[in-house]
Amino acid sequence: MAKMNMLHAINSALEITMNEHPQACIFGEDVGYFGGVFRATSGLQEKYGKHRVFNTPLTEQGILGFANGLAAFGAPALAEIQFADYIFPAFDQIVNESAKFRYRSGNEFNVGNLTIRTPYGGGIAGGLYHSQSPEAYFAHTPGLKIVVPRNPYQAKGLLRACIKDDNPVLFFEPKRLYRASTGEVPEEDYSIELGKAEVVQEGTDVTLLAWGAQMEIVEAAAKQASEQGISCEVIDLRSILPWDVETIAKSVTKTGRLIVSHEAPITNGFGAEIAATIAQECFLHLESPILRVCGLDTPYPLALEKEYVPDALKVMAAIKQSVNF
Amino acid sequence: MAAVHKAPVIFFARNNGYAISTPADEQFKGDGIASRGVGYGIKTIRVDGSDALAVYAATKKAREIAATQGEPVLIESIAYRLGAHSTSDDPSGYRSKDEEANYKACPIERFRKWLVKQNWLDDAEDIKAKETIRDDILAALKRAEVIDKPALEELISDVYDTPIPSLQRQYDELKTHIKAHPDAYPTTAGRIK
Repeated sequence: MAKMNMLHAINSALEITMNEHPQACIFGEDVGYFGGVFRATSGLQEKYGKHRVFNTPLTEQGILGFANGLAAFGAPALAEIQFADYIFPAFDQIVNESAKFRYRSGNEFNVGNLTIRTPYGGGIAGGLYHSQSPEAYFAHTPGLKIVVPRNPYQAKGLLRACIKDDNPVLFFEPKRLYRASTGEVPEEDYSIELGKAEVVQEGTDVTLLAWGAQMEIVEAAAKQASEQGISCEVIDLRSILPWDVETIAKSVTKTGRLIVSHEAPITNGFGAEIAATIAQECFLHLESPILRVCGLDTPYPLALEKEYVPDALKVMAAIKQSVNF
Repeated sequence: MAAVHKAPVIFFARNNGYAISTPADEQFKGDGIASRGVGYGIKTIRVDGSDALAVYAATKKAREIAATQGEPVLIESIAYRLGAHSTSDDPSGYRSKDEEANYKACPIERFRKWLVKQNWLDDAEDIKAKETIRDDILAALKRAEVIDKPALEELISDVYDTPIPSLQRQYDELKTHIKAHPDAYPTTAGRIK
């Protein structure tokens, strides 16, 4: 074990992959000598050479087009999109090519070797083009998997699982936690199974569900709630697609209450899918309406970020609303 | 699109040699941006981007072509990014001081020298102007610093021409929440209508 921040943990997962598979390549804007704008790929070009770790031109569509080709030929393609906000020029490649490669070729070809890493989310005063959480757009695309880690340990284990998974996976990294979140991480290889949520705190009164950086917020709210005698069960969804209906349904069956929180705008955010499914699965066990504590339906604001974000106070208000229903 | 439909538009491409850390030779193959214009069938001018007068002349010519001939023009302005990409960037991580020293052609300094040579500006005037401008900017910053942040209602303005009902509802809920917890949102709570 070693103390790592999330960037170290991601770097370690990438390094293991580069050692494991001589054809694995890391590419994206500024990921080469510079090591990426957040330094997630620091030192890897020196170690593995320019032919395996390289800068790409400023073309996200090109990065994913290249990645699809590389992955189709069997090499682990580790593509970085510098900010999740920049992923939209690659939307066509991801949605129409990566996600459908296997389906349209009757599994003659697939891009299961593709992993797309990209930093998402706010909290860094990044304004409207450096703060977005676009996971829900991709969750509407069959053929993709989507994973979001909450801390360094999760980041390394989940990223390794994404790389080894035989489907194209989007790995959204909570940039606010890159350096802020530290913890003990094994130096050796390990994986965390995809599609499994984790109950990080057991409780009896209300289930709080989130993923990525939002976990910190709901955990803070759970702590406030416990001081007022409310017992929260806190769950990290970890995988958005596929998502662990069973674990959530089991928890809500026990608590009778569910609050889902994400930073992305509320309308059609992934919380909507969870609310619909859990309403169906747990209808007779629900003691109050499922609540969502999310961003507003606006672009991510710069000056009023504090008011916009689903902070612990808003989660706490929802907890009270839920238990007092 | 512009070339095929003969749009009278000037595309001004500032080629400053860098995209954050990535130098131009890792950005595109071949000789800069200009050849792309030719490939698209767009009249193209390449100009020294650190020479303000040359840029003016090129732009004037481009405007004349666009306006009188009804077609697009590409200007590739070759320069060098003297500073960092942004306040969070540190170029010392990817380029040398020697390289930076090779490009001392700051366009503002170059234009200043030209003005001095024409006897249209002397050093005393220049220093005074710089001081005046600096004072004006600092005063503006000071004024801006004490201006309140936008009021809460600006959170939902300009998303649409007028807020759609769902957004208005979200705003009303937020307003109620902030009114209930004014200490947690000090920049907006006191000004909520």
